[in-house]
Amino acid sequence: MSLLAVEGLSIAFGGLRALDGVSFSVEPGEVFAIIGPNGAGKTTLFNLIGGLYRAHSGMVRLAGADLTRLLPHERAARGLARTFQNLQIFFRMRVVENVMVGRHLAERRRLWAELLGLPSVAHENRESRTRALELLAFVGLAERALEPAANLPYGALKRLEIARALAAEPKLLLLDEPAAGCNPVETEEIDAVIKTIAAQGVTVVLVEHDMRLVMRVSDRVLVLDQGRVLALGPPAQVRTDPRVIEAYLGRLGRERAHAG
Amino acid sequence: MGANGRRKLALLAALLAVLVALPWLFPSAFHLRVAALVWINAIAALGLALLMGLAGQVSLGHAGFMGIGAYATALGPKHLGLDPLLSLLGGIVAAGLLALLVGRPILRLKGHYLAVATLGLGILVHLVIVSEVPITGGPDGVQLPRLELLGWRLAGPGTWYAITGASLLLAVWLALNLEDSATGRALRALHDSEIAAAVVGVDVARHKLLVFVVAAVYAAFAGGLFALFNRFVTPDVAGFLRSIELVTMVVIGGMGSIAGAVVGAALLTVLPQALTLFHEYEHAVLGLLIILFMVFLRQGIVPGLAALVRGRFRSPA
Repeated sequence: MSLLAVEGLSIAFGGLRALDGVSFSVEPGEVFAIIGPNGAGKTTLFNLIGGLYRAHSGMVRLAGADLTRLLPHERAARGLARTFQNLQIFFRMRVVENVMVGRHLAERRRLWAELLGLPSVAHENRESRTRALELLAFVGLAERALEPAANLPYGALKRLEIARALAAEPKLLLLDEPAAGCNPVETEEIDAVIKTIAAQGVTVVLVEHDMRLVMRVSDRVLVLDQGRVLALGPPAQVRTDPRVIEAYLGRLGRERAHAG
Repeated sequence: MGANGRRKLALLAALLAVLVALPWLFPSAFHLRVAALVWINAIAALGLALLMGLAGQVSLGHAGFMGIGAYATALGPKHLGLDPLLSLLGGIVAAGLLALLVGRPILRLKGHYLAVATLGLGILVHLVIVSEVPITGGPDGVQLPRLELLGWRLAGPGTWYAITGASLLLAVWLALNLEDSATGRALRALHDSEIAAAVVGVDVARHKLLVFVVAAVYAAFAGGLFALFNRFVTPDVAGFLRSIELVTMVVIGGMGSIAGAVVGAALLTVLPQALTLFHEYEHAVLGLLIILFMVFLRQGIVPGLAALVRGRFRSPA
């Protein structure tokens, strides 16, 4: 059974069909990339899978369970985690606390015990902190754990979001442009992080503009264009698909020819 | 014990030291009464600080919950012959239930809309208290009998100083514990990004409701204490001005800070007393001081001063 199944997903914003009958499935343990020109509907697709938007039609299944009508926090409880293209950091909290919030679902929360500061709460806090520090070490932010998150540079915040998402111990991790705005060194670090995550058995779906990163890490690539699936297959096959070249370069080349 | 645990203990120890030292420095009955008022206001401000500072939600009608606590404590013995302390407990439960009931629809609102909705709630409670004259005594207020506990009459400024001070210590301890817990982290998280909190599994609506109820319970407890201490309650306790005062205490003390709520409550309770020497300009001077505090310590007194002190240590002038 595929881990993620998207069937006929459609949504329109004021008459504009942002996604039009998109279907695909992602197998467990796969690194699956979604690419496409700007405005193709990549982030919209992520927001539909994550539950931030409601689909007008179609279905999203995770490990066989229908997610379509669930709220974002309910989808998280089913094993879905994500990062954001435009960062969503808890800026008033410390770096390590950002990751500890990622452990929310694993933490036992009983208001009475928490108000009274019972030993079980202190134990829970210690456990969350230990796990968060491990994850920060994994993304290379261990030394900055106690700083306010607002102190970190952009590339580090990208990795902080990955650590926070991993803290939820997801089955499926959605990465929205993990390398956007990162320099080549940082991109390579992200590359290594994605490979390690996949090696640990977490299925990864990523939206990314950096084609070299996509070709290096992905098992399969889905190409979206104007809200529809244009191509789907292994990186080498997609790269040489004439329709993909048309969508990315052809039109641009033609426009340039016209302008010139 | 972690860094958070040590910080918690240090804050509680500092508050305890202040509580013990003040009666030695200012032993007069008047000073003790003012101090007891400070502790009561600080409890209400503390609840609001959890709502505003921790979770980033606003309530402009919080005195309404204070009014419910105060009037329940006053009216229980008068009309139902209940024990005042039992009535206080009833008031706390009633305020919590009202917050639970009203909170669900209004906490969906954000920013200005939430502010106006909570404002309406406060005005509604005030209106009921003013107009239900046969039950509440209306604008004239209502008198309370002297509180007796196990045959011991609780009277005198010293006794009430101790009761309110111990209550504040308890309220601060509970708030500090909540801040340093999974629920506290979830509340701080949704303050910064509701979307990011939701996608890691935080039920944002439920957590907002929870902290709203906690804040209402704090306010109702403070209101009930005030009724017992003052032995006379008027609708002012639930009035709009009181709500604004509470918000000002939280903002001026420093929104994200539990110590700030106590400092803000102290300032806004003591200053009007101290400023009486300005006679008719009293309110003008108070307003001016609030503006100056906001201009020069924008983050609030406690975080603002903390930042100043840290800056001083980093670069000794």
